[in-house]
Amino acid sequence: MAGVSAWLPFARAAAIGWMPVANGPMPVAPRDHSKRKDELIVLNVSGRRFQTWRTTLDRYPDSLLGSSEKEFFFNEETKEYFFDRDPDSFRSILNFYRTGKLHYPRYECISAYDEELAFFGIIPEIIGDCCYEEYKDRKRENVERLQDDQEENKDLKLPNMTARETMWRAFENPHTSTMALVFYYVTGFFIAISVLTNVVETVPCGTSTQQKEVPCGERYTVAFFCMDTACVMIFTVEYLMRLFAAPSRYHFMRSVMSIIDVVAILPYYIGLVMTDNEDVSGAFVTLRVFRVFRIFKFSRHSQGLRILGYTLKSCASELGFLLFSLTMAIIIFATVMFYAEKGSSSTKFTSIPASFWYTIVTMTTLGYGDMVPKTIAGKIFGSICSLSGVLVIALPVPVIVSNFSRIYHQNQRADKRRAQKVQKARLARIRIAKTGSTNAFLQSKRSGLLDELLELTGTEADEQKLSKSVSLLESQHYHLLYCLEKTTAHEFVDEQAFEQNNLETALQSYTSPSPSPSSSHGESTSTCCGCRARRKNTPPYHHHHPQRGPLQELSAIHIQCVDPASHKTSRSSLNQKAEDGGRVNCRRGQVTTAIISLQTPPRRPPPPPIPPQAPPSIQTMSSSHIVKVSAL
Amino acid sequence: MSQCRKRCRRQLTKVARYFYRFVTGTLTQDSIEDDFELSTVCHRPESMDKLQEQTKFTKKELQVLYRGFKNECPSGVVNEENFKTIYSQFFPQGDSSMYAHFLFEAFDTDKNGSVSFEDFVFGLSIILRGTINDRLNWAFNLYDLNKDGCITKEEMLDIMKSIYDMMGKCTYPNMQDEAPREHVENFFQKMDRNKDGVVTIEEFIESCQKDENIMQSMQLFDNVI
Repeated sequence: MAGVSAWLPFARAAAIGWMPVANGPMPVAPRDHSKRKDELIVLNVSGRRFQTWRTTLDRYPDSLLGSSEKEFFFNEETKEYFFDRDPDSFRSILNFYRTGKLHYPRYECISAYDEELAFFGIIPEIIGDCCYEEYKDRKRENVERLQDDQEENKDLKLPNMTARETMWRAFENPHTSTMALVFYYVTGFFIAISVLTNVVETVPCGTSTQQKEVPCGERYTVAFFCMDTACVMIFTVEYLMRLFAAPSRYHFMRSVMSIIDVVAILPYYIGLVMTDNEDVSGAFVTLRVFRVFRIFKFSRHSQGLRILGYTLKSCASELGFLLFSLTMAIIIFATVMFYAEKGSSSTKFTSIPASFWYTIVTMTTLGYGDMVPKTIAGKIFGSICSLSGVLVIALPVPVIVSNFSRIYHQNQRADKRRAQKVQKARLARIRIAKTGSTNAFLQSKRSGLLDELLELTGTEADEQKLSKSVSLLESQHYHLLYCLEKTTAHEFVDEQAFEQNNLETALQSYTSPSPSPSSSHGESTSTCCGCRARRKNTPPYHHHHPQRGPLQELSAIHIQCVDPASHKTSRSSLNQKAEDGGRVNCRRGQVTTAIISLQTPPRRPPPPPIPPQAPPSIQTMSSSHIVKVSAL
Repeated sequence: MSQCRKRCRRQLTKVARYFYRFVTGTLTQDSIEDDFELSTVCHRPESMDKLQEQTKFTKKELQVLYRGFKNECPSGVVNEENFKTIYSQFFPQGDSSMYAHFLFEAFDTDKNGSVSFEDFVFGLSIILRGTINDRLNWAFNLYDLNKDGCITKEEMLDIMKSIYDMMGKCTYPNMQDEAPREHVENFFQKMDRNKDGVVTIEEFIESCQKDENIMQSMQLFDNVI
């Protein structure tokens, strides 16, 4: 649509054709008051300068560049618009304005690209047809990958789970507790026993009195019956327990696994109910066949089986095509063979359905040899049949194989990541970084630097003095933490001192320092990027979850108290510094009255401590200015 | 008889060649000619100075116009399909193809089936920068479909229908089928002085000059560029 906006003047001019036929006066045309001459705009994206006409950008007024939002990025000195973003992605975004088509560059990471689009206010749905498929595929892959990331967190034990939930969790994830593991192996063992029993039952063992081979089942009827009963007992109990523990019983009953369970144990009960009735004994025998379905219960235990099942389900259309084309070919060739062999005497090809068998055996290249064509025509067509069989079967198979491979690799990846080692190492690193920063703060506090900082406020000339020992950002950060301490009338301590304090006094006043480092850890991560915690369940600080409650209050509070009264100390992001702050790129609709609040604390050291009535130690959120080591 | 034989031989050679290609796998040959189906015609307009002399646009205006034009039609000319597509984007509810067709005819002064930048600019120059008479002339030219100097009721009906088509179905009040015809009757009553069933250019200009509304609306889009 881009170029079309350039044709709007033409369309308006062409409207002159309506004027003579119009019966009444025309409405007044809108005047372009800001009759700006079409000028070149310079967009400086991280140093790379892009230039374009202003009208080019105005084509899409609902995006950042086309609206007045870009004025926020205008740099007065250099008279250009500066964006601190990735210049490579910006290329495609600017091309969108120029050509009207948004392209997705294949080398770009999909989430980075999405973020850029979101920043510039462009919806990804308008990606041109040439690139849309690629974009969607990559997006789907990414979502699957992230899903795997999230799935591993469902192993977390929530603090208060009912017995029912614990049971369900034990059933679904056997590695979470030893009881579950035991249960898992026991059921697996019994499935194997049951299947083995069914198999051995039919083996002839020994002769009976009539010199006839008797299957073991009939010889040791009682033993086998006992074994069968035991297995079915176990399966029934397991099924009932699962049914009880399932969060949604209806869904559980409809799931494939539970249906397999039911089918596995039902024949036994039906057999119990039915007596030795002669008419139904035939049906009874058939029911015994269903016992073999118990082997499918193994799919709970084997991931490979599940993957296979899932693959077959997802390749349903390819399988359908395979079946259909095979059927077509079978019918065609069977007909041909029948008529070709009709002439020869004593031929096995007695009818077309009879020829089906020959066709199937030939097309799948089995070639049993029980039916062979004798006429020359039959032989010719028979050879064509076998050649085409190979082709027809070989066509859909690669699709199924590639699907299987993709799903299998996905699972491999999930398993690898689930490996505890990786997670532990990562957690350890994070913890170290955090304690590092706390320690640095405590150290600097002890060395009394903070006193200097408190005096050297706002004057830029003195900032050089700071740089000798501690960087400006760090000093600002520390100042912040200090303010927080003063506000809450508590102090940060390191772990050792904390342990000591705990031992010395069991007073509650000393437990409050403990929540403050840890809760400020926990909560500040949540507050500073609440949506990040929501999107990716990163640092498994388990006490995140219960503290979501107070978090909600927090946001409510700071929105309510708009007037920045004196003691609004900003909250630091103790964790932001440690972790990759660059990821804090979420929609911060909650940026508050930062600037005003920032000025007050330095002016009056120390701010009057607040009695801890309201959620203590939590006032407002900081804005970008003080805290950021990396961009907020 | 020899004709027959010759024909048979020709067919046989064709079949033989086909089988040969079938065997060697060169059955489908990439036809080179197909790639050149798209018009590689690239029309370059006259120099800006010349255009500036011939039209009443300033240099800057010509620049803006050309940039928009070239962006949408990189080859330098618009053919009717493109034109219709572009124009239809402004009228999503209705069907603007007929009116676009008439416009195209009006702009394509040399009748070569495509509108080049010069045609485009000349037309716009008349509409936007010309005198009232020029504009009325242009409008008359638009209405006179067969360019014979007078507008008949049928021609006017076509034009009117095309304009009403652009409105589409969802209108208030509901679109009646008779609306275009009535409108044409109105028009002829106003314009046709001597009641001979056609409107000539003089009648047209005279009647329009008497109508204040029309005079005013003719100047409505002066500052569009």
